[in-house]
Amino acid sequence: MERSEKMKLKIPKEEIMGHGNLACQGCGATLAMRHTLKALGKNTIIVLPACCWSVIDGPFPHSVVNVPLFHTAFAAGPSTASGVKAALEIQGKDTNVVAWTGDGGTYDIGLGTLSGAAERNDDMIYVCYDNEAYMNTGIQRSSSTPLKAWTTTTPVESPKETHKKDIISIMAAHRIPYIATASISYPEDMIEKFKKAKDIKGMRFILVFSPCPTGWKYVPQLTVKLARLAVQSRVFPLVEIENGIKWKLTKEITHPKPVADYLKPQGRFKHLSKKDLVEIQKNVNQDWDRLLKKIEK
Amino acid sequence: MRKVLMGNHALSYGAKLSRAQVISAYPITPQTEVVELLSRMCASGELNAKFIKVESEHSAMAALIGASSTGVRTFTATSAQGLAHMHEMLHWAAGARTPIVMGNINRAFAPPWSVWTEQNDSLSQRDTGWMQLYAQNNQEVLDSVIQAYKVAESLDLPAMVILAAFVLSHTSETVEIPEQEKVDEFLPPYEREYKLDADEPHAFGGLTNPDNYFELRYKIQKAMEKALIKWEEVGEEFEEIFGRKYGLIETYKVSDAKNLIISSATIASTARNAVDSLREGGAKVGLMRIRVFRPFPAEQIRAILSSVDKAVVIDRNIGFGASGIFYQEVKAAMYNEKNTPPIFGVVTGLGGRDVSSKDIIEIYQDVIRREKPKSDIIWKGLKK
Repeated sequence: MERSEKMKLKIPKEEIMGHGNLACQGCGATLAMRHTLKALGKNTIIVLPACCWSVIDGPFPHSVVNVPLFHTAFAAGPSTASGVKAALEIQGKDTNVVAWTGDGGTYDIGLGTLSGAAERNDDMIYVCYDNEAYMNTGIQRSSSTPLKAWTTTTPVESPKETHKKDIISIMAAHRIPYIATASISYPEDMIEKFKKAKDIKGMRFILVFSPCPTGWKYVPQLTVKLARLAVQSRVFPLVEIENGIKWKLTKEITHPKPVADYLKPQGRFKHLSKKDLVEIQKNVNQDWDRLLKKIEK
Repeated sequence: MRKVLMGNHALSYGAKLSRAQVISAYPITPQTEVVELLSRMCASGELNAKFIKVESEHSAMAALIGASSTGVRTFTATSAQGLAHMHEMLHWAAGARTPIVMGNINRAFAPPWSVWTEQNDSLSQRDTGWMQLYAQNNQEVLDSVIQAYKVAESLDLPAMVILAAFVLSHTSETVEIPEQEKVDEFLPPYEREYKLDADEPHAFGGLTNPDNYFELRYKIQKAMEKALIKWEEVGEEFEEIFGRKYGLIETYKVSDAKNLIISSATIASTARNAVDSLREGGAKVGLMRIRVFRPFPAEQIRAILSSVDKAVVIDRNIGFGASGIFYQEVKAAMYNEKNTPPIFGVVTGLGGRDVSSKDIIEIYQDVIRREKPKSDIIWKGLKK
């Protein structure tokens, strides 16, 4: 096989998202949208509660996504999407409805709404691009912020004292048809998951790991590398869950990198002591062991 | 066809006859019968609509905003706490120019818990950009839902049809149910100019800087002003087809009236009896019922008020720290007029305390003795 042939990626060539968005340099969330639209195609409507993307898409009258996009209130991503889908169905239109949300809108203010839409099994692809804090409002902690991380509301004198919420298990408890985690650093895996999700009916939940140079305090060119390190250090496992019960690892990590490799380039973890690093490594190991118990052999 | 209907079911029939396509609701006393009946209608296929059984009122309104934006007709109903829980999305519905029609059962706010009627729930949504209509009987409830769609969809403004808890919601009255064919003739399917549609991508509601936002708000106000004309036009058209007449305000025995009672909803209905009794005793009194509160029919109110000697506004609500809310609005409408009579403001019936014809007669006899109001609130029915 020719080298060029071997290197060919299974990523659709067509770019749906345009140029000229308002994201910070190195924003993971823009890559997340770009890959998502490549996978889903133009027959897609995006419902967007308050999040970084409320700004990224561009000010009126501009929009960068080139598919219909409806801005809605912070807690109202899933509920607005439920309404859009119901209305399309009654008109006989078969369009993908995507609720595109950040971690604040998913883990915190929109959790009840998300749970409602999930329990009803409303037909949508729910995406949370997770940058682990309220970045659009200036880096305040969310319930997705990891243990011991700095944010403007968890200053280094008192960093976050609790664990990142396990949103995947919460969603699995709803027994929805499809759940996946994805990373912008593994675009083929990500696109495959979105394509799979597209062909399933009902609530599909995809958590996309989305590093944020502004909020995590690292140099913008490290976004993809950090996202990859998060997977390789087992901080962010790539999984799929069918019907809330059938767990599958889509990326085996046989020789994990030390969690410190992932943490050290990030200013939000600069204050960590050696003891802290040991504790975080231990937590990651335990979480991985717990995950393996759920994975079908 | 005539049917005995509770006010809540009059709302359901209004939505059904209007062929609502997406319904989304969350239960709250005293609204539940509205959505129970609609659930049955959807389940049986009698009404071809999607019913989204959401987990909160905030979600009910959000779902309808999404649905309406694609160009379908939508309906929900709520009351009190539920309406307050929707508050953020009420602003969103108006800003997104979605012509959603909603029934609201006027119920007093907690704490302490109350399920009985009072208008503070809907009136505290006064500035959200929703049209508000206060009905006085169950026939008007049903008819107003159909009319509300016609007005709302012509101007892309949402509308609230409001009825008193229990006094209407759970009281059965004979209601003429219009024929579907005639309703279809009166109310054609909803056509939305700019809609959420994959074939024609647009972004809706994105960040708008001070160069553009102001004009969008101006347009909502202009639509509200047009709605004043539209409600009258639609009322006339409705009368031609169905034989029942409704306007922005309703007057009773005002042509020779020296003094005027002004109220809304079911208190106004009771006041009609009071006017008859007072007239038997020789009083030259008339009644003005404010049916449409938003947009506020200031001109129609002025036309009548400028020619009377005294007026009293009876409010089943209170703007804490000020006075009754209809009273504030009526007074404000008259402020720059040459011939402004003394206007008295009465607050009564809060939390569903009964307001009888006798109470209204006493209110009238009390204010008629006074030269002008000493304060902005005359309390009626308060225990000593």
